[in-house]
Amino acid sequence: MTDFRVPAWGYWIMGVGLAAFIVMLVMYIRRNRGFKRPLFASPYVLWLVVFTVIPCLLVAYFSFTDYQGNFTLDNFKDFWDSNYTARKAMDPEEMKMYEEMGLTLEDLGLERGTININTLVFSLWMAFLCTVICLLLGYPAAHIMANRDFKLGPTLVVLFIVPMWMNFLLRTVAMMTLLEDNGVINSLLEAVGIGRQKLLNNVAAVQVGMVYNFLPFMVFPIYNVLNKMDYKLSEAAMDLGCDKWHTFYKVTLPLSLPGVVSGITMVFMPAVTTFYISRLLGGGKVQLFGDLIEAKFLSTSLREWNVGSALSLIMMILILISLGLLRKVDPEGEGGGMV
Amino acid sequence: MTKILKRVYLGLILLFLYVPIIVLIVQSFNAGKSRAKWEGFSFTWYGQLFNDPSIMNALWITVSIAVLAALFSAVLGTLAAIGIHAMRRRPQAVMLTLNNIPMTMPDIVTGISLMLLFIFTKVERGYVTMLLAHITFDVPYVILSVMPKLQQMNKNTYEAALDLGATPVYALFHVILPEVMPGVITGAMLAFTLSLDDFTISYFTTSPLVQNLSTLIYSQARRGIKPTMNALSALMFLVLLALLLVVNRRTDSEKA
Repeated sequence: MTDFRVPAWGYWIMGVGLAAFIVMLVMYIRRNRGFKRPLFASPYVLWLVVFTVIPCLLVAYFSFTDYQGNFTLDNFKDFWDSNYTARKAMDPEEMKMYEEMGLTLEDLGLERGTININTLVFSLWMAFLCTVICLLLGYPAAHIMANRDFKLGPTLVVLFIVPMWMNFLLRTVAMMTLLEDNGVINSLLEAVGIGRQKLLNNVAAVQVGMVYNFLPFMVFPIYNVLNKMDYKLSEAAMDLGCDKWHTFYKVTLPLSLPGVVSGITMVFMPAVTTFYISRLLGGGKVQLFGDLIEAKFLSTSLREWNVGSALSLIMMILILISLGLLRKVDPEGEGGGMV
Repeated sequence: MTKILKRVYLGLILLFLYVPIIVLIVQSFNAGKSRAKWEGFSFTWYGQLFNDPSIMNALWITVSIAVLAALFSAVLGTLAAIGIHAMRRRPQAVMLTLNNIPMTMPDIVTGISLMLLFIFTKVERGYVTMLLAHITFDVPYVILSVMPKLQQMNKNTYEAALDLGATPVYALFHVILPEVMPGVITGAMLAFTLSLDDFTISYFTTSPLVQNLSTLIYSQARRGIKPTMNALSALMFLVLLALLLVVNRRTDSEKA
């Protein structure tokens, strides 16, 4: 990459930080008169600071500075007006010259644009849709498999887990070859007499790819919770005169909510931030927020990098807010989000 | 009747999940290059796969990084888990929150933040930076799988070992480690598969010259997948299946 203006204090902070870490370590050992077990964590503390905390601070640093390292809020203004920083960086003299030539802002590609915020809204909508579809498809599947009378259940669950661990890119590519113009589905359609259709490079293809990628992440946590649930509770409800639908609505569903919440978390979060699914299945015609951020960092213009950092920060905050909200619903983390 | 309906429903969902993979595997045995026409069964693409330097190189990078990242993160994570477990409440809570950051942050933000770090410190991106990034996102999972084993352990055994004259390091190797070993191995395997699968973080922390399988597939996908990639996908699917069966058997025997 090109020359990044690293402020000298950046290196100073790193040096001072490392020295402070060592001093604290020594002081801790002296105060406790010897080696105590918490010290086993010290290599990882250092690791966390260098590879997690500092990178996060760097994203924040770049979002609040311009490409020369001066403090600015312009990068966030780009969020509402996509050409704000580019317009501002334009030399006023040059601008005047263009104006005299009769060129408008649109001609220069510097007009007010809402692509950033629109893409974010579109991404949220796609992720929301994906979550709803996964829930509607996945809940019944998990419910059927968790039934005690269904002997095949535990075996089938393994079949749902396998794709969870398969390379996402590989799975997306598999979907791509299926939907291609001369792919299997199109050959079938032609054989049936419907004729070939354009299945790839549209919003529907991206949505199908997202559901395909994330469906197992909805099924698994819900199955986990339903499987651990005390089946006697629903039997008791039946004995006390509840019909099937009421038993489900009043007993099973509320008890399975933690699983639903962690399923929603595990589908919604990656769905909002994905960029390769839209790239491969949308063929550049469908842009999600992740694509936008990626494009900013692929750019050679450093100004774009600062804007990209600001967009990343916005995404990070958005994710943290939604996680906080979801955690309110399921404070114990009972759903067992992680496998 | 409902029973049949339920089975049909499950069958359809599984079909949706597996048809693309099965098609990919079937195509890998197709003699011709065409994706739509079946031109006879052959192992051509498997043969070519092992002669394709870019794929073989990417495979080597992927596997070696996964192994190294799993080993490093197993050591780092186990030590960290032991330390965090012994901490007092406040620092423990801080550590666990920090440990959660890499897991909750979206991959793309983690990738970008690490990329910024490497550019900021003028470290050239390549094999080593990718390895560092993989260790970073692997360690939290190792800690998560070692922690429960530590909580199950009798608190007094370590103290007893120290009272009987063991040094902390000796006690670590001879008292704590044997007890938490199953958790360490599960964590390392988890780290291995995660690192094998990763695309987003690798994509941002490596240069186009050092590609793992995921980034190679991504760069090829835009131009159209080569049939050799299908062969590789089929092989990877089988390896993954085998790995999962091994891990499953491990966890099953632990429960028993």
